[in-house]
Amino acid sequence: MKRVLHFLKPYRAGCIIGPFFKLLEAIFELIVPLVMAKIIDVGIRDQDKSYILKMCLVLGVLALCGLTFAVICQYLSAQTAFRFGRDFRAAFHKHISRFTHAELDRIGTAKLATCLTNDITQMQTGVNMFLRLAMRSPFLVAGALVMAFSIDLKLSLIFLPVTILIALLLTYIMYGSVPVYQRLQAGLEQLYTRMRESLDGVRVIRAFARQKESEGKLRADADHLFDCGVAAGKFSALLNGGTFLILNLGIVAVLWTGGKQVDTGRLTVGELTAFVNYMNQILIALVALANLIVVFTKTAASISRVNAVMDTEPSFTEGERTLPDQTDAPLFDFQNVTFTYAGSDAPSLSDITVSLRAGETLGIIGTTGSGKSTFLHLLQRFYEADSGEISVLGNPISEYRYSALRGMIGVVPQQSVLFMGTVRDNLRRGNPDATDAEIWAALRTAQAEEFVQKMADGLDSVLAEGGKNLSGGQRQRLTIARALVRKPRLLLLDDSMSALDFATDAALRAALRTDLSDTAVVMVSQRATSLMHADRILVLDDGEQVGLGTHEELLKSCEEYLAIYHLGQMDGGKENV
Amino acid sequence: MKSKSIYQKLWSVLSDSRIHLILTAVFGVAGGILSLLVPILIGDAVDCVLGADAVSFDPLQKILLRLAIAVVAGALMQWGMHRCANRLALRTVRTLRYYVFEKLGKVPVSYIDRQPRGEVLQTAVNDAELISDGLIQGLASLLSGIVTIIGTFVMMLTINVPIALLVVLLTPISMLAAGGIAKRCHNSFAVQSKLRGSLSSFAEEEIGNMELVQAFCGEETAQKRQAEISQQLCDAGIRATFFSALVNPTTRFVNSLLYAAVGTVGALAAAELIPALGVITVGELTAFLTYCNQYTKPFNEISGVIAELQNALASAKRVFDVIEAEAEPSDEDLPVLSHTDGSIAFDDVSFSYTPEQKLLQNITLSIPDGQKVAVVGPTGCGKTTLINLLLRFYEPKSGTIALSGQPIAGCTRDSVREAYGMVLQDTWLFGGTVAENIAYGRENATREEIIAAAKEVRAHGFIKRLPQGYDTVISMDSLSQGQRQLLSVARVLLTDPEILILDEATSSIDLRTEVRVRQAFDRLTEGRTSIMIAHRLATIRNADLILVMKDGNIIEHGTHDALVRKDGFYAGLYRSQFAGQAAQ
Repeated sequence: MKRVLHFLKPYRAGCIIGPFFKLLEAIFELIVPLVMAKIIDVGIRDQDKSYILKMCLVLGVLALCGLTFAVICQYLSAQTAFRFGRDFRAAFHKHISRFTHAELDRIGTAKLATCLTNDITQMQTGVNMFLRLAMRSPFLVAGALVMAFSIDLKLSLIFLPVTILIALLLTYIMYGSVPVYQRLQAGLEQLYTRMRESLDGVRVIRAFARQKESEGKLRADADHLFDCGVAAGKFSALLNGGTFLILNLGIVAVLWTGGKQVDTGRLTVGELTAFVNYMNQILIALVALANLIVVFTKTAASISRVNAVMDTEPSFTEGERTLPDQTDAPLFDFQNVTFTYAGSDAPSLSDITVSLRAGETLGIIGTTGSGKSTFLHLLQRFYEADSGEISVLGNPISEYRYSALRGMIGVVPQQSVLFMGTVRDNLRRGNPDATDAEIWAALRTAQAEEFVQKMADGLDSVLAEGGKNLSGGQRQRLTIARALVRKPRLLLLDDSMSALDFATDAALRAALRTDLSDTAVVMVSQRATSLMHADRILVLDDGEQVGLGTHEELLKSCEEYLAIYHLGQMDGGKENV
Repeated sequence: MKSKSIYQKLWSVLSDSRIHLILTAVFGVAGGILSLLVPILIGDAVDCVLGADAVSFDPLQKILLRLAIAVVAGALMQWGMHRCANRLALRTVRTLRYYVFEKLGKVPVSYIDRQPRGEVLQTAVNDAELISDGLIQGLASLLSGIVTIIGTFVMMLTINVPIALLVVLLTPISMLAAGGIAKRCHNSFAVQSKLRGSLSSFAEEEIGNMELVQAFCGEETAQKRQAEISQQLCDAGIRATFFSALVNPTTRFVNSLLYAAVGTVGALAAAELIPALGVITVGELTAFLTYCNQYTKPFNEISGVIAELQNALASAKRVFDVIEAEAEPSDEDLPVLSHTDGSIAFDDVSFSYTPEQKLLQNITLSIPDGQKVAVVGPTGCGKTTLINLLLRFYEPKSGTIALSGQPIAGCTRDSVREAYGMVLQDTWLFGGTVAENIAYGRENATREEIIAAAKEVRAHGFIKRLPQGYDTVISMDSLSQGQRQLLSVARVLLTDPEILILDEATSSIDLRTEVRVRQAFDRLTEGRTSIMIAHRLATIRNADLILVMKDGNIIEHGTHDALVRKDGFYAGLYRSQFAGQAAQ
C-alpha cells in the first residue's frame, strides 16, 4: 500500500478535495429528510403555504449543490485515478526493463505483461471507485446514524443492533466471496490457456482425430466456471435479501418504538418520518458499498501481484563505462568462467577459458544442452557468472553500461522473432538511425534482398502477427539482417541458419565473410561442417570445455569433436546446418 | 439463423432453461409486489401515529405484523430471484461456450488460421463473461424494476391522482438526461477500448520479448512508446469515466428535484392549501414520498443496466459470429478409408490459398507403397501445403488425391488422417503428463508400450530424470526443443501408421541423438511409405523419389541420379551446394 500512496502523493489535492466534495454531497443528502420533517411538522400543521414553498426552494438548492459537488468529485477522482495509473505504469515498465534474465526467467514475461496491463488497470479502477464511492457509503451510514441520534437518542438505539447485524452479514459475505472470486479468476485463466493450446495444435488434434476429447476438456473448464459463478451468486443473493430483511425489520421496530415516543409527546410525526427516511438511506448506501467488495478484492489482488514485482531488485546492475577508444585487448576474454542457472543442480558452464579478437571467428559446438547458448547470454551480460572473469576490451564486463556493451553486439537468436510493423520498422530495431540504403545493404548480405524486393510494398510491407506471412527461412534471414544493420563489432549467431536450405546457407556464409571481414563472429552450431573454417572452435560437453583449437587440431586432439565430426560424415558428408 | 436478430438468438438460448426463466419471472414479480407493499404498510402505520396521545396502538400493531410478514416474504422472493437469475445467466453462458467449442472442432482449419488468435480467445473467455455479467445484472434489475415502476405508479394513483401524474410527467426528464450522457460516453468508451487493445498488443510484444528488446538496447524506445499509449489511454479514460460517472449523480439530481416537487406539492395538499390537489394525509404523503423514491430508483438502475446489456449484446454478437461460422461439410455418411497399402496418387491436382497466388498446378504423380519420398526446395516453396492437402486440412481446387486407390475426398476425414503419422517442425504437446502426450495417438497404450517407444527414440533417459518421470505434467516451456521433438517422434511410433510425414523434424536435435532417431525411423520406414521434407543431402540422396518444389509447384521429380542427369533446377541446387562447400 505504501507504494500506491507514494504514487498518489502528487495528486494529494485530488485525493482530498474529491472525497471532500462527495462528503458535502452526502451531508446535503442527509439534510433532506430533516427539511421534509420540518415541512410536515411546521408547514402542514400550521398550513403555512409560504413556509412550504420556502422549504421547497431549500430542497431545490440542496439538490443543485449536491449535483455540483458530485460532478467535481467525479472529475477529480477520474483525473487522479488515471494519472496515477499512467505514472505507475511508467515506473513499472522502467523497473522491469532493468531486470536481468534471471528475474525474467523466474517471474516470466507473460506475468509481467499481464501486470503492466490488467493489474495496473485494476488498481486504477480501484482508486477511482474508492475516491468516488467508498467515502460516500460509510459516510452516509455514519451521517444517517448521527442525524438519527440528534433527533431522538432512545429511538436511535434501534440502529445499533441493526448496524451490527448488517456488519456481520457483510463480513461473512466478504470472507466467503473472496476465495470464490479468486477461483473464478483462476478458472478463466485456465480456460484461456487450454483454448490457446487447442487452437495452436489444431492440426495435431485433428491428425490424431482427438477433437471430441479436446472439446470435452474445454467443456469441463466451462463447467468449472459455472460452478464458481453459482457459488458467487449465492453470496450476492444473500447480500441483497439479507440487507433488505434486516433493515426493513429495523423499520418495523422504529415504527413501534417511535409510535410510543410520539404518543408520549417526545417525538413528532415529522421526526418519525425522518427516521424512516434515514433507515432507507442506510439501506441504499450499504448495498452500494457491498457491490464494491468485488472491485476492492480484485484491486487488492492486483496490488499484491504488482508489488511483488516492484519489490524485486535485479540481481546485478550495469556499470558506468563506455567502450574504450583504442585498445589492444581482445574483444572479450573468458577466464575460468563458471555459471549455473537458478534452480539447477549442475553448472551449465564450468571453467571456460577462451578469448576472441576483432575480425576473428569463434565456433562453439556441442550437443544439446551443452551450454552453447548460455555462453552467448553471458557475453551479452544477461546473466552474471558465478566465478571466473569475463572482460571486454580489457575491462571487466560488469563495468560497462548495457547500451555500450550490447550496442556493439548484434545477435541472431535461435528463434526468429519479428515484431508487428513494416520490414523497415523491424530492421530499425537493430539500428534506429539506419538509412534505407544501409537497410538494403544488410538485407543483401543476409540473402533477403530478393524476396523483400518482390514484396508489394518493399520495405514498407507490413508483417503480420509474428511474421506469419513469411516462411521460416525468410523470417530467419530478416533477423540476420536486423543484426547486421547494427554494424556490430561482434556478431553472435545462435544456430541461426537452421531454417535455410543449403544453397542460401552457403551464399550467406560467403557474404558474411566478404562484407563483415572486420567483425568478430561467434557462431554456435551442432554440426562440425559449419564451423570447420572458423579461426578457433570451442568444444563443449555438458558445460565443460573439452577442446579449443582449429578444426585440424581438434580432429587430432579432441575425442568429442572427432565423434561429432564423424557422425556428420556418416550422414553423407557435406551437410548444411 | 442469419435473419434473426441478436435478441432472438439470445432468447432462444435463454429459453432453453425454461424452469429457471419461469422461476426468475415469478420471484421477480412477487418480490416486486411485496416491496411495493412495504411503503403502503409503512404509510398506514404512520397514519396511526397522529400525535401526542393520539396514537392508535391496536391497529398499529396489526399493521406492523403484516409489515413484518411482507418484509420476510419480500426478502425471500428477492433472494430466490437472485439465485435463479444467476443460474439462468450462467447456464446460458455455459451453453454458448459449449456451442463455441463444438463449432471450433468442426470449422475448417483455414478458419482457425485466418482468425487472429487473441480474438477467438477473447470471444470464448471474456465476451462470454461479459454476457454473463450483463444478463445477471439485467435480468435481476430489469424485471423487478419494471414491476416496481408499474406498481408504484399504480399505488401513487390510488393515493392522489394529480400528484401521481406530476411524477410521471417529470420522470422522462431523468431518463433523457441519463440517455444523453450515455450516448456521449459510448464514443469515449469505444476509444478507450481500442487503446486498451493497443496497450495489450504492445505488452505482449515488447514485454513478452523483453530479452530481445534488451539485446537490441530498445528499452528506452519501448518505454517511450508505452508512455505515448498510456497518455492517450489516460486522456480517453478520464473522459469516458467522467461522463459515465455523471449518469448517477445527474439522475439523482433530477430525482431530488422530483422529490422536492412532490414533497412541496404534497405538503401543500396535506395542509389543504391547494384544493385542486385534493386531500392527502401525512401518512399518505410519507407513503407517496417513499413511492417516489422507489419509483425513481429503477430508472437510475435501468440506465446502468441498459449500458451493461448493450455491452453484453455486443459481446453476444461476437460469440454468435463464431457459433455461426461455417463448418466443414459433415462426412458422417461417407465411407471409412479402408487401410490397404501406403500408396498415394495425385491426379491433376491444383491448389492455392488465394486466387492470385498460384501454388500447386496440375500435379500428377504416383507413389507406390513403401517408397521413401523426399521433398526439397528453397524455403517458402510450399512444402507445408502438400501436408495440408494430404491430411485434408485444405481441399484441392481441382483434381483428386487418392490413397490406396480411394479418393480421399470421398472418405471421412478422420479415417484419412489415421493413415498418417506426422512429426511437424512445430511440435505440439499439451498440458498433460509425458505418458499422456506420448500415447496421444493411441488411447489404450499400456505403460510398457509407452516406455518402449520412449526408449526407441532415446527419450527414456531424460524422462526418467524429470521430477515425476512419465507422470510429470509438461507445458509448452518445460522441455527443450530437442526433447519435445523426441516425444513427438515417440508419439508417432506408437501409432504405427502406414504413411510417415516428417517435416524438417530433426533440425534441432543434436547430431548424436538425431542419428539414433533416424536409425529408429529407418526401421520404422522399412516397407512403409514416407514423405520427408528435409534439407539434408544424405536423406535426399537415399530417397526413392525426390519431389522438387519451387514457388508452390512441383517442378521436377525423379531419383537423385535422374534429376542430376536432367540438369534442371535440382541439378543446379545440388551443384551450388558443392560450390558453397568449395568456397569454405
